[in-house]
Amino acid sequence: MSDRPLIVAGLTLFVGLVSTPIWHGALNREAAMAALHIKLPAREKQCVAPASYMRTSHMQLLEHWRNEAVRDGQRQFVAFNGKTYDKDPTRTCLTECHTDRKEFCERCHNYAGVSDPNCWNCHNDSHVASEGNS
Amino acid sequence: MKALTPLLAVLAIIAFVAMAGHAHAGLILLAVFVPYAAFAVFLVGFCYRVARWACVPVPFRIPTTCGQQRSLPWIKPASLDNPSTGWGAFRRMALEVLLFRSLFRNNRARLDDRRLVLGEDRYLWLGALAFHWSLLVILLRHLRLFLQPVPNWLSGMERVDGFFDVATPALYLSDVVILSALVYLTARRVRNPQVRYISLPIDYLGLFLLLGSAASGLLMRFTFRVDVVAIKQFALGLAVFHPIAPRALAPIFLVHLFLVSALAAYFPFSKLMHMGGVFLSPTRNLANNNRRQRHINPWNYPVKTHSYAEWEHEFRDKLIAAKLPIESQDAATITVD
Amino acid sequence: MPQQLLSIEPHNPEGDWRDAKVEFRKGTMCYAAAPKNLTYLGLPNPRPWQPFDADWKLPPNWKQTILDGMKERLQKYRSFRLFMEICVRCGACADKCHFYIGSGDPKNMPVLRAELMRSVYRRYFTLTGRVLGSLAGARELTEDVIKEWFYYFYQCTECRRCSVFCPYGIDTAEITMMGRELLDLIGCNINWVMEPAANCFRTGNHLGVQPHAFQDSLQFAGDEASEITGLPIDVPINRKGAEVLFVMPSADYFGTPHYYTLLGYLMLFHEIGLDYTLSTFASEGGNFGLFSSHELTKRLNAKIYEEAKRLRVKWILGGECGHMWRVFHQYMGTMNGPADFLEPPVSPITGTRFENARSTRAVHICEFTADLIYHGKLRLNPSRNDHWNVTYHDSCNPSRAMGLLEEPRHILKSVCRKFYEMPENTIREQTFCCGSGAGLGTDENLEMRLRGGFPRANAVKYVREKHGVNLLACICAIDKATLPTLMEYWVPGVEVAGVHELLGNALVMTGEKERITDLRGEDLRGDDLRGEDLRDKNLRGEPLTNEDAAHE
Repeated sequence: MSDRPLIVAGLTLFVGLVSTPIWHGALNREAAMAALHIKLPAREKQCVAPASYMRTSHMQLLEHWRNEAVRDGQRQFVAFNGKTYDKDPTRTCLTECHTDRKEFCERCHNYAGVSDPNCWNCHNDSHVASEGNS
Repeated sequence: MKALTPLLAVLAIIAFVAMAGHAHAGLILLAVFVPYAAFAVFLVGFCYRVARWACVPVPFRIPTTCGQQRSLPWIKPASLDNPSTGWGAFRRMALEVLLFRSLFRNNRARLDDRRLVLGEDRYLWLGALAFHWSLLVILLRHLRLFLQPVPNWLSGMERVDGFFDVATPALYLSDVVILSALVYLTARRVRNPQVRYISLPIDYLGLFLLLGSAASGLLMRFTFRVDVVAIKQFALGLAVFHPIAPRALAPIFLVHLFLVSALAAYFPFSKLMHMGGVFLSPTRNLANNNRRQRHINPWNYPVKTHSYAEWEHEFRDKLIAAKLPIESQDAATITVD
Repeated sequence: MPQQLLSIEPHNPEGDWRDAKVEFRKGTMCYAAAPKNLTYLGLPNPRPWQPFDADWKLPPNWKQTILDGMKERLQKYRSFRLFMEICVRCGACADKCHFYIGSGDPKNMPVLRAELMRSVYRRYFTLTGRVLGSLAGARELTEDVIKEWFYYFYQCTECRRCSVFCPYGIDTAEITMMGRELLDLIGCNINWVMEPAANCFRTGNHLGVQPHAFQDSLQFAGDEASEITGLPIDVPINRKGAEVLFVMPSADYFGTPHYYTLLGYLMLFHEIGLDYTLSTFASEGGNFGLFSSHELTKRLNAKIYEEAKRLRVKWILGGECGHMWRVFHQYMGTMNGPADFLEPPVSPITGTRFENARSTRAVHICEFTADLIYHGKLRLNPSRNDHWNVTYHDSCNPSRAMGLLEEPRHILKSVCRKFYEMPENTIREQTFCCGSGAGLGTDENLEMRLRGGFPRANAVKYVREKHGVNLLACICAIDKATLPTLMEYWVPGVEVAGVHELLGNALVMTGEKERITDLRGEDLRGDDLRGEDLRDKNLRGEPLTNEDAAHE
């Protein structure tokens, strides 16, 4: 039949598209196999919440902080272990621990393939960035 | 009720996965064996089905013509709805596959006091188009979990899909659309008397698997939060055939994975094969150039006909009486008689 | 006139369609094929029987025969295998079928008509059907299923309207054709298909007209055309070496109102001096084999090329007929070609090369005439059709298996001044069937024909009420045979005519005498409105008054 080459070509294209993860993985095997290394803070061993919670839900914590701080004026966060933090990520999180957002926030976001955090559309962190780098 | 069995089947799957995921052996089975098996069944099954169609010849060129043919040079042909060339047929197919051209024509026949009223009805078209396109976007978006590094176009698409930035994390437009479309299509199948009547129990299975996959995905994003980095590492491990012992895969993820795997494995055995089949439909993918170019039937065989000679032999006397010309030699003598 | 019009009520289907019990009721089915016809054609299981008999006298191995037949066809027709497998039951086709609209019987929804066969396909040919059984919509092949197939595959006119709306182009006509082929294998077929087919195989035409009678009837038509025009109009028959072989459906020379279309052809050919011939052997363009099986289609169609070759013509011109053109356009070249003994058709009058027919070498008369009119080769006086308010019924096959839409409209708009289209969802590719195609146009099936024709009639009624339409033009012999009944029932006062009848009326012929009557013999000089009144009265069966008689 005259249409068989067309069907075979179409099918090949389809298989190629569906198996994208496989051939892409084979071509970028190292990148695919590499574990994601995030530089952890030297000074602190414990984040404001357990690491497992921070991995899955940090965005919700941050949103919660913002709402409470901006709308209710509550600026203190009492962590699960009793420690108290300022609900001010720029001055706490990003100054005390995660000083390089490119290496921390964006690296992980890039890996997971989600948009970069949009905090800095509004917040100015140039002073933090320069302090951190010095 | 026809929807009951498939509904129970899908619920049983969910319950089973949620429980089995706790045992280590269950985890290996669900997280590694099931997705590989499902992918293999999907790919091999899909190709087998299409190849089986390809092996069957198209003996006659039978396009359904939905517009003016190309005949006389001064009559404008409908080159998309009644293509006369291969390129035209290609464009017709593109319109069919990408925009559901035929479904767009849909109308509804209604009897209104003995009068037949044909009203526009584009809801099915809209629902189907919304469902299929959002499904495509969602599938493509999932590539972010399988590709490292993530290509730029994919990040771009993700940004567009989450453009409205509602909720945290951002609610994807495609998720809203697919869920609404699926709910509409399911409701239509249940509520429209004609469609309910023609539906088979198995028609609900695909719908419930899709609804389950979409719902579990949304729950995973907004309610039972999961560690995306761990899932990506796991997914990449699958892609390079080096499955990494998954670090704490949440039950909701296993449910999602299993439902999608079930859908993929069920695909080649079901009507979902319309995805491949639509490209092969002889009423759509052939040019209406029948009289211009001869179509060959590979199994065309000789048949018993009533030949002119046999016919003339039978009616010779009458032909002669009517003074109609005849072919056979012996006829001449009869005329003389 | 019946006491009460058929009740056409929408109703919501209840229950499970897989219950295969069919009630055979007179008026909604066709009678079984007489054994002599099957015997003549060499088809299996000739026997006297009727669908309403309890025992259908099926051959002992009928079940295996059907399953083997299905298997064979699944390997021969991609359309069949594909259409068995990819339907998603979206229901877009449900209300597109004229039989469903007119009967309300849910199994007339195209999707269910196909499911009648798919359920058997799933049970015997698919894994899911074998494993999941009725959950996957599979069912056993039983004698009741065969009866159901017979009832519903002979309640489909293969009009392809559903296929226009199906997102995958699933064509119920293909499924019906397969269903009828399978039923043929065990001798379950209808006489209204098999008798014409047997006649056609023997004599060359469906009506069984033998060569001398063919000649008589054509000469009579020639004489009548001569009388109307005052010109000597000859009818060449079996003439070797003519340029064109003209093939028409046999109803054109034996039925009314087809006959007036024939007069139109003859006058046209005389006026342009076409070098043509008719044939007593190829005296039928229609092909009832199409309503039985692909093999029988080919057997009946073979004579066309055989005769064209014998008569050494250059190309073939085909008359007004629907399924004839399905065969000429989509099957003839493939089945019985290549037509390399003919030449690519060129109009001897305008020099137009019919490029679209350069392989099959068969041109539709509407293509031919539209080309003549476009090039100004005909003198036309459309006022001679002023007594008609015309609408045009697209016949299923020329519209959905060919796309012949503008050619007849170009002719109509040139030959009459009052032309009105029916609503757009009921014409062109969305045209509604007459309800009597594909061999179902027999009177024992009248109730179902009137139900199936309801959507078409309804659209005619619309233009009758809006524009006073009193003539339904068409280019199909089955239409001409069955639409008059349909009109009389649903839209009294509308008559049916072929496009070339109207052309014949309007054609101003060289040297003709003043036309006193139209081709129907009706007075052209009188008051038109008066004429219309008269026709209406005739149709209503009312007695004519003296005044009327004087007018007549």
